Amino acid sequence: MYDIVVIGAGVIGCSIARELSRYNYHILVLDKNSDLCEGTSKANSGIVHAGYDAKQGSLMAKMNVLGNQLMPKLCEDLDVSFVNNGSLVLCFDKTQIECLEELKQRGISNGVKGLEILTKEEVLLKEPHLNHNVVAALYAPSGGIVCPFELTIALGENACSNGVTFQFNSEVIDIKKQELSYLIKTKTGDIKTSIVINAAGVHSDDIHNFVEQDKIKVIPRKGEYCLLDKECQNLVSHTIFQLPNEYGKGILVTPTVHGNIILGPTAVDIDDKENHQTTKQGLFEVLSKAGLSLIDVPTKQIITSFTGVRAHREAHEFLIEEAEHAAGFFDVAGIESPGLASSPAIGQYVANMVTTKYPTSKKENFISKRKRIPTLSELSFDEQTKLIKENPLYANIVCRCEMVSEGEIVEAIHRPLGATTVDGIKRRTRAGMGRCQAGFCLPKTIQILARELNKDISEITKTGEGSYYITGYNKEDI
Amino acid sequence: MVKELVVIGGGPAGLAAALSARENGIEDILIIERDVQLGGILNQCIHNGFGLHTFKEELTGPEYAQRYIDLIHENNIDYVLNTIVTHISEDKVITLMSAKDGLYHISAKSIILAMGCRERPRGALNIPGKRPAGIYSAGTAQRLVNIEGRMIGKKVVILGSGDIGLIMARRMVLEGADVQLVAEIMPFSGGLTRNIVQCLDDYGIPLKLSHTVVDIQGDKRVESVTIAMVDKSLQPIPGTEKTYECDTLLLSCGLIPENELSHQLGISMNQVTTGAFVNESLETNVEGIFACGNVLHVHDLVDYVSEESKQAGQSASLYLKGLQNKEGKDIRIVTTDGVRYSVPSTLNVSRMQERQIIRFRVGRVYRDAYVSVYVDDTRIKHLRKRILTPGEMEQVLLRSDELHPFENIDQITIKIEEV
Amino acid sequence: MEERKITCIGCPIGCLLTVVIEKDEITVTGHTCRIGKEYGVKEVTHPCRIVTSTVKVNQGVEHVVSVKTESDIPKDKIFECIQELKDCVVEAPVSINDIILENVAGTHVNVIATKIIERKEDPHG
Repeated sequence: MYDIVVIGAGVIGCSIARELSRYNYHILVLDKNSDLCEGTSKANSGIVHAGYDAKQGSLMAKMNVLGNQLMPKLCEDLDVSFVNNGSLVLCFDKTQIECLEELKQRGISNGVKGLEILTKEEVLLKEPHLNHNVVAALYAPSGGIVCPFELTIALGENACSNGVTFQFNSEVIDIKKQELSYLIKTKTGDIKTSIVINAAGVHSDDIHNFVEQDKIKVIPRKGEYCLLDKECQNLVSHTIFQLPNEYGKGILVTPTVHGNIILGPTAVDIDDKENHQTTKQGLFEVLSKAGLSLIDVPTKQIITSFTGVRAHREAHEFLIEEAEHAAGFFDVAGIESPGLASSPAIGQYVANMVTTKYPTSKKENFISKRKRIPTLSELSFDEQTKLIKENPLYANIVCRCEMVSEGEIVEAIHRPLGATTVDGIKRRTRAGMGRCQAGFCLPKTIQILARELNKDISEITKTGEGSYYITGYNKEDI
Repeated sequence: MVKELVVIGGGPAGLAAALSARENGIEDILIIERDVQLGGILNQCIHNGFGLHTFKEELTGPEYAQRYIDLIHENNIDYVLNTIVTHISEDKVITLMSAKDGLYHISAKSIILAMGCRERPRGALNIPGKRPAGIYSAGTAQRLVNIEGRMIGKKVVILGSGDIGLIMARRMVLEGADVQLVAEIMPFSGGLTRNIVQCLDDYGIPLKLSHTVVDIQGDKRVESVTIAMVDKSLQPIPGTEKTYECDTLLLSCGLIPENELSHQLGISMNQVTTGAFVNESLETNVEGIFACGNVLHVHDLVDYVSEESKQAGQSASLYLKGLQNKEGKDIRIVTTDGVRYSVPSTLNVSRMQERQIIRFRVGRVYRDAYVSVYVDDTRIKHLRKRILTPGEMEQVLLRSDELHPFENIDQITIKIEEV
Repeated sequence: MEERKITCIGCPIGCLLTVVIEKDEITVTGHTCRIGKEYGVKEVTHPCRIVTSTVKVNQGVEHVVSVKTESDIPKDKIFECIQELKDCVVEAPVSINDIILENVAGTHVNVIATKIIERKEDPHG
């Protein structure tokens, strides 16, 4: 019997679990996938929005602005890569400058600091590779970028260090409301809990609808992205948005905290929540719309493209509240952009709701900090020397593109909520994220996983059951 | 530590370069290899067809590598294994890292870059579809099958007719898989004709030219791929899609020289080859730094890699002995009319050897065409070729006595002339 | 008279050969060396291939060793050869040219190792 079960181990579920782990609750985080960060959190823009976009007075606006303010300290505590690079919303049409002004005013009333409208010259001074058609831009100095994997994993690891249990591969198939508790039925067994927190992303409507008579609907909204090689890292330094116009919301161009450039996303509403398909049309749209912002889109430098699915609701507002007809069941649903930016605030907000209604004592020994895996490529010569002396595995480079060592991979497997899959290793260490996209390191990563987990390489998967690499021994089928 | 010559990479290029430098009198040589053994990618190329040019017999990859490794041992040439070069400074201070020796520096008087190449991944090809397990570059598959002895699929589709893809088609069949087809987006094969004959035709595997993958299905593991025909501008033609059930997609869509270290050194790079610009001595624009093998431009035959690397070793030895001729001027080699690039890209007549090989590739298939060499406006060579294809490296031989009669040469041009 | 166009696999040049078969006489044109001429004749009379593959190794630093037929074997024996290699296991160490399997598929051709596989160090001495 748990006090609290959080459904969903994405950035929202993990942020809530971490905030609640400050208290003496018995907490379980459930996820249908084999690892943390397997849903929307793994495929998004990685943007810490400033907060001028959301409607005045909305919960979305409140969470966004607060989340933006909390993010730097949170990332410092959890040793997560965060850069306060500032953002620009580009305007290409003189008649639309008033829309920029409107956006600025909305930002001011949302509490966003430092907003400024820049002239063409000022914009091009900041970003020389931008299209010279730009006429003005809204500059938001508080905009930032964060690594969404690092953040989600750090929150999860820290929650785990503070006593939260995580259970993967456990898809929720039904929830039965009982007198003072809930019985959660999963593919791997039943779980009893007093409180349920629904942070199931694109599936949050299904989870809600198991217990609540007032149904909700989440519309899976697909967004396609392209990632460019680190060689393009000087293309832009700010996050570049386009002013929404009759052609839609536009495509962003932003650096990532690791020095790549990301272009995207498209926005297409779909039926299948697990449809992570990239399409020719999507890629074309990303590249052609990115071409409005940039003088030249270096298409030859694309190293991968991917699709994320966001949990859109028609109301376009976060739904964060206790269900009306199900006491102890808290929805955190429809968390679409700016969900990542809002995640620190949502964690606190939900924890506050829960502790207000179901008070308990605070832990005395809460661990607020977490250290990342030592990252060889970020260290100085002396630091590298020291690290290798302590553990020679850090000198064995596995991923050549991103300079990830065997030491980092072994550490990623053995730390709290360690990686059990190749994608898990990739998100924790960046092995396989470089320009060769795991061509060289895949066999080695599979072998290290097998060795450390005491398994055969045929049992190692990309993302859990069914996503195997090895199909047998040579000549087995002859 | 100070070394006369450091060779980065212990594959076929590095081994041949080191050996040649020793034969030319350089004593103090170190080869740096990041893998557990010398030989590079040859260790996983267990098929035959290597060495006809170099050893006058047909060897497999590991045998070819072993011939060189034995010579490295006989000549007592130093090498370190499991060691990666993390940085090279412009004054040739190399930073190395290994579990055994930690992190350290070596100062080199001359460096030969022989880091080889890597495969072009799916992302760079912009193949739409899902991202399940079961999509491998052909080389990754080759490693798992040939070295680990483990199969990576039962029903296979191959995209790209590069040599590794063709070779892997046969390997997969002989290890028990069903290879459905090889699709190639271009109207011609990227690999050697003989590999199409002995790897595809022998086993009845269809090669579909002007076809590409337009979709990948499967959430966990590949379940099927959709192939469509492409038009002249390489765009899929609607209505030609055909879906093949399979659990594996192998990609053999080209190789990219691995030049991170060259970038650090500020070496000027050729956009076509993505390798360094080199002169006739295979020297880069940074004095004393040479390049050879697939890090310079992607070869089709290892024998040519060895031959080229031998020259790099010779050049480095002349440089180290102070015998490099500083006279004369670097003449630009211009490539045009179907010739995509050349290695070298400049030539100094007073420094060139008696026989200088110019290697190049063409941009499309030519039948019964001529490879012509012009010295300024004078055509000095007009060689008839029955066939020229982008999948095969071409070469012309320039003799120094052919160039001596000319004075003040401005440029040498290599082009294809059709009848 | 029968005329066949075949690509020589004798070396990577891949010459396009024209083989004319007229009663007992076979003439090859298009070759640029002796290998090509011989290949042309052989390919239309009894086509042969060198087979390369892998064989399991016990106690080796690697799990399999690469092997080849010492010379080419008839094309129609390839799968028989592979079948015989399936059940073959060798003990490390293995050296290049070690005979892995004699007279494979009744061809009087041996299968030999093409790689050195050292023996795994025994942790128990």
